[in-house]
Amino acid sequence: MHDGWKIVVGLAVFVLLVTSPLVYNALSAEKASVPELVKPPNGAPECVEDAAWMRASHMDLLNDWRDIVVREGRRDYTSGLTGTVYDMSLSKTCMGCHSNKDEFCDRCHTYMAVAPYCWDCHVEPEEVS
Amino acid sequence: MDRTRRRFLQLAGAGVVGAAGGTALRAVAREPEAPGSVESVQPQAGISRRWAMVVNLKAVERHHSWDRIIEACHRAHNVPHFSSAKDEVKWIWTEEFEAAFPSQEQPYVTLEHHDRRVPVLCNHCDNPPCTRVCPTEATWKRESDGIVMMDWHRCIGCRYCVVACPYGSRSFNWRDPRTGLEEITKEFPTRMRGVVEKCTFCEERIARGLEPACAEACEHGEIVFGDLEDANSEVRRLLREHFTIRRKPTLGTQPQVYYIV
Repeated sequence: MHDGWKIVVGLAVFVLLVTSPLVYNALSAEKASVPELVKPPNGAPECVEDAAWMRASHMDLLNDWRDIVVREGRRDYTSGLTGTVYDMSLSKTCMGCHSNKDEFCDRCHTYMAVAPYCWDCHVEPEEVS
Repeated sequence: MDRTRRRFLQLAGAGVVGAAGGTALRAVAREPEAPGSVESVQPQAGISRRWAMVVNLKAVERHHSWDRIIEACHRAHNVPHFSSAKDEVKWIWTEEFEAAFPSQEQPYVTLEHHDRRVPVLCNHCDNPPCTRVCPTEATWKRESDGIVMMDWHRCIGCRYCVVACPYGSRSFNWRDPRTGLEEITKEFPTRMRGVVEKCTFCEERIARGLEPACAEACEHGEIVFGDLEDANSEVRRLLREHFTIRRKPTLGTQPQVYYIV
């Protein structure tokens, strides 16, 4: 192998550059920032379902609600957590409690770099804007 | 060890396919696992219904109800107002008598009816041509009550339905509808640019046991809404006692908005 050392040095520099963000995070004392969710100020004590489940699967729940309401004309959802019956409505039920879209929806969605298009049509609660 | 370039590429390719396939499989196999439940049938949905509307044109004229009706509907559903006719969006509007009922055209009667303004809307046809052309099933006739529904989540804006509707009941959002709204009703969504919209017989109000917004705005029976399957309903009584006409009946669409003229 001619000039093998050049290749090895080049590879080492490359690996260092690529992994530099990871190395930096590992070495720095500061922890990566995690979005802080603001709980509804005067909302119900319980969400429609268990909070951890909602955090992971609210998008599935909302998709199901959308299809059931629009395409099947059914509107009542019975919570598996409390047995309470809810109106399957994003603007009324969800945003009735989580009235601050900026601090509740957007904060996490921005962090996760997802852009749901709910609000192209559905009207966000007023106090935000 | 026999490590050829060909062998390496084969292995790398197999690895990529395996990884992508696994992800895809997991996505397909994921079930909507909401812990809660939705009642299989909503209380009133089990009963067979056929919603219809009777417009009493004479009463509309007597009480000058045109603008009140349109205002009530368009406010309730965030229907935008644009001044240019090209961008117009409408759920309920008025037509001249001849335009609303072209098959009623005759030289002498027309003189008398010339200035009449007829409130017109989606006829929620029994045989709707608009739903048959929709490539995404974003519009369909609800079998439980005959309402011609729209799913604005699913509409791709191809406008086939706009062309198929012989009544001009469907509007396309050429512009962002929110720019045409002075005030937004929060209970109802707006639409977005590139989506078709029309009257839904206020299905969201009917579900809560309310009348459609236009019928509610009429205190003098200008618009009566009800169930054709119920022989004792107000619409059936009106249809029994009055001679009524429908828009363009010869097309065979079986419109379900009846006019007392």
